Amino acid sequence: MVLPVYIAFVSSTFDLSRNLTGLPLWPGPYLFDNYKQVIFDGVSSQGLPPIGPMIFNSFIVALSITLGKISISLLSAFSITYFNFKFRSVAFWIIFATLMLPVEVRILPTYEVVASLNLLNTYTGLSLPLIASATATFLFRQLFMTIPDELTEAAKIDGANPIHFLYYILIPMSRTNIAALFVITFIYGWNQYLWPLLITKDVSFYTIIMGIQRMARASDFQPQWHLVMSTVILALIPPVMVVIVMQKQFVKGLFEVEK
Amino acid sequence: MKHYAKYMLFASALTMSSSAYAQINIVFWHAMAGEMGNKVDKIANDFNASQKEFHIQTVYKGTYTEVMTSAIAAYRAKQPPHIVQVFEVGTATMMAAKGAIYPVHELMKDQKVPFDSKDYLPAVASYFSDTKGNMISFPFNASTPVLYYNKDLFSKAGLDPNSPPKTFKDMESYSKKLQAVGIPCGFTTEWPSFMQFENFSAYHNQPISTKENGLDGLDAELKLNGPLQVKHLQNLVNWQKEKIFDYGGRGDSSKPKFFSGECGMTISSAGARLGIITNMKAEVGISLLPYYDDAKGAPQNSIIGGASLWVMKGLKSEEYKGAALFFDYFAKPDVQSWWHQQTGYVPITNAAYELTRKQGFYEKNPGTDVAIKQLNLNPPTENSKGLRLGNFVQIRAIVDEELENALQGKKTPKEALDSVVTRGNELLRAFQKSNS
Amino acid sequence: MLGGISKGLIEMRGKRVTFGGVIFPIVFLAPQLIVTLVFFVWPALQSLRTSLFEQDPFGLSEKFIGFENFIKIFNDAEYLEVVLLTISFSVTTTTITMSLALLFAVLADRLVNISTIYKSLLIWPYAVAPAIAGVLWWFLFNPTIGILARFLSIFGFNWNHFLNSNHALILIIIASSWKQISYNFLFYLAGLQSIPKSLLEAASIDGADGFTRFKKITFPLLMPTTFFLIITNLVYAFCDTFAVVHATSAGGPGNSTTTMIYKIYRDGFEALDLGLSSAQSVILMFLVGALTLIQFRYIERNIHY
Repeated sequence: MVLPVYIAFVSSTFDLSRNLTGLPLWPGPYLFDNYKQVIFDGVSSQGLPPIGPMIFNSFIVALSITLGKISISLLSAFSITYFNFKFRSVAFWIIFATLMLPVEVRILPTYEVVASLNLLNTYTGLSLPLIASATATFLFRQLFMTIPDELTEAAKIDGANPIHFLYYILIPMSRTNIAALFVITFIYGWNQYLWPLLITKDVSFYTIIMGIQRMARASDFQPQWHLVMSTVILALIPPVMVVIVMQKQFVKGLFEVEK
Repeated sequence: MKHYAKYMLFASALTMSSSAYAQINIVFWHAMAGEMGNKVDKIANDFNASQKEFHIQTVYKGTYTEVMTSAIAAYRAKQPPHIVQVFEVGTATMMAAKGAIYPVHELMKDQKVPFDSKDYLPAVASYFSDTKGNMISFPFNASTPVLYYNKDLFSKAGLDPNSPPKTFKDMESYSKKLQAVGIPCGFTTEWPSFMQFENFSAYHNQPISTKENGLDGLDAELKLNGPLQVKHLQNLVNWQKEKIFDYGGRGDSSKPKFFSGECGMTISSAGARLGIITNMKAEVGISLLPYYDDAKGAPQNSIIGGASLWVMKGLKSEEYKGAALFFDYFAKPDVQSWWHQQTGYVPITNAAYELTRKQGFYEKNPGTDVAIKQLNLNPPTENSKGLRLGNFVQIRAIVDEELENALQGKKTPKEALDSVVTRGNELLRAFQKSNS
Repeated sequence: MLGGISKGLIEMRGKRVTFGGVIFPIVFLAPQLIVTLVFFVWPALQSLRTSLFEQDPFGLSEKFIGFENFIKIFNDAEYLEVVLLTISFSVTTTTITMSLALLFAVLADRLVNISTIYKSLLIWPYAVAPAIAGVLWWFLFNPTIGILARFLSIFGFNWNHFLNSNHALILIIIASSWKQISYNFLFYLAGLQSIPKSLLEAASIDGADGFTRFKKITFPLLMPTTFFLIITNLVYAFCDTFAVVHATSAGGPGNSTTTMIYKIYRDGFEALDLGLSSAQSVILMFLVGALTLIQFRYIERNIHY
């Protein structure tokens, strides 16, 4: 499973000609040279801005999307699962339909909407359109469905209002799934390429993935694979750190539900 | 007013912003990744330093496809860039979008910037001009396929490293000699459709389509299934069986085959020279494309690939002067020959070619003039001025597909090429319909 | 009438015990609905509208042509091949990834000591951006210099996905599955964590062995997660695998790995035939929508929440 990532690492420890003529399975001698060049000298020879700001941008975008998505999905899943109102199902399907029309198809009209709202080249424009997905809502809906009705009844008897129920009971019970979703969404936001490419107009808004693509996609010039892969490995570090931090939430027996 | 100007000066000095007071920002979207992007930036920076009125802002917007999509999205959202780099196969689409583009010859005339299309290399200028010879877009990076061969492997096989193959018969016999000393494959190619069908046709004075390969009208019909093209495809299929020719995939996927020495020769872009020389340990030679010497009219001249710069409509009129001045700057002999020497793209002006020659560049760097020689080999005929066909990106994909079908034995060469023509013509008719 | 339609076809289950009132649900629903309407529904309607027109890429002119785009698609002999390929590709990928992920998750759940490292490693595939992953597969499978390709040639197996359709198909299945296994693993793990230990302990006291416990307790309790994953995986395979195909086989050789979404990208972005690609996405959307509806109706019935 980890083989491809390992290969990326191996690639980043060799020089370019070895990369072009066949890599072995074990790392090579250029580890320090390559990483030093990428981190310190900057890859400006590749037409890239400094790495720091790009990582910062990626971070802001990924975090905004994650926090945004989780919060509005929790609310909407709660709404359609725990309340019975007339157009409940319709609302669910409208939200759910967002999964079925691929982004490549609607990207041009979405661009026009964002442009007309004057959100081009802004962090808002980068993040807001991407929080409208249904996966999170669907996930929470599934989760809420498994929670016993007795809890709801008990809460109602106690006179708790829905917000209390959501905050004090549902959310703690959803902790593992929220953690999983945090990881997935953060990585999703971190890896965005096409959307940031379309709507950013200057280099100060580049995300790190855009930077890597720029180095890797040369039509007439040879990509510097060893430098590309070094940057790829570096770009993997924040998502992995997020995973490690979220690991704490994956502790079994965090809560026990008595049936 | 004086106060205000001083404040602005101070403020902009503080913010260190690149768009300073009263300077008009000209936005230039391009697809030049990596090292190339740096060279583009240098030209832009030098231009900015040479005058104060306009500032060119270069923005890398992805691959050629992504840049074009961005430009279209931006235009539809009424926020287009001033200048956008579009690959040559997008020329038909751009030219047909008359309301969206500002033809270069008009731009230069309106802005009163001196411009004469005769200064430009004919093979390059004609590709981007209309039938009357007016340039619609400005050539930027143009290249053409050439033959690269591994001199070290040649010596090993007992071949003279300074005597490259000239005909396809030579390609076959040289390949067999290479294979006799253990080299797995004779030759491979990049960009199969562009190099083995489009340029092949032009180089043998065969039509790719009617109507001067589309330069003369939207009602062009494909002619890629002519007897010579079928014969060539049959040869490729036969050669593949013994790996005299070894298919390496679409685009430039076949690069590793040549780099690693698996194949002794490859047909690749002249612009790839720098990458090859820098990264291959073996000594590499460059020569003209191979041809069939029993074909009448061969070798004719090859056609270019690459991209040109288009100016978008919809911006303020006083800003367009900046674009015109930038084009003028880029065409200056010293700038142009720097660009040519640094990148491997052909010089777009005759003057730049002359200057480079005088500087002795071609002697010091053997093989760098092969591309130009090949483009100028003969005055272009109606089959070799270039091509301008609608939906051509799709058509190229069809050529690649059918080539692969033929190589796998799923179709005979004739069936494959007939398929290309049928499917391709449908696309051409669709393009014609939506643009008349 | 809307109520009637929704009850008949698209009614989906909610809790049996609910809260009353209408204000709260509307307020909670609002943020997601607004963002969805502005940034999804409106653009989607625009692109659906495009499917009925013949438009030049710059939007300078358009001609209403009704269903002509659709007729063109249905008359294209190759389109059926593309659809069938897409279906078999999606089902294969989903089955492989979900089974493997479940296996990995169960293992991770049981072997507590090494599981932290194990878990982190298994997430890495998801963390690699799709286009970068494509390059990595290239490094592994390139017929000339790919490590795995060379490894296979030791056994006399000549890997060449440029010329061999089956190889190309295997490549895109592996490449798309790789990332998804991580995704499924993560959610299965979360699902497993919420199964109360006491249940499983009681069962083993009763004499049930590991396999029986899994069959009778764990797997049924994982059904909600499984249902979620089937749907999201199928949607992923149908709608999101463009980048993987583009980076590995580019739909070739011939058109043997051209999936529906890849064709949509090619026709929309590269060929700039917006009408045709919109029409194809309408078809894709209906296909995926139908699949999802069927699953909600028939599978969800049998899930006990």
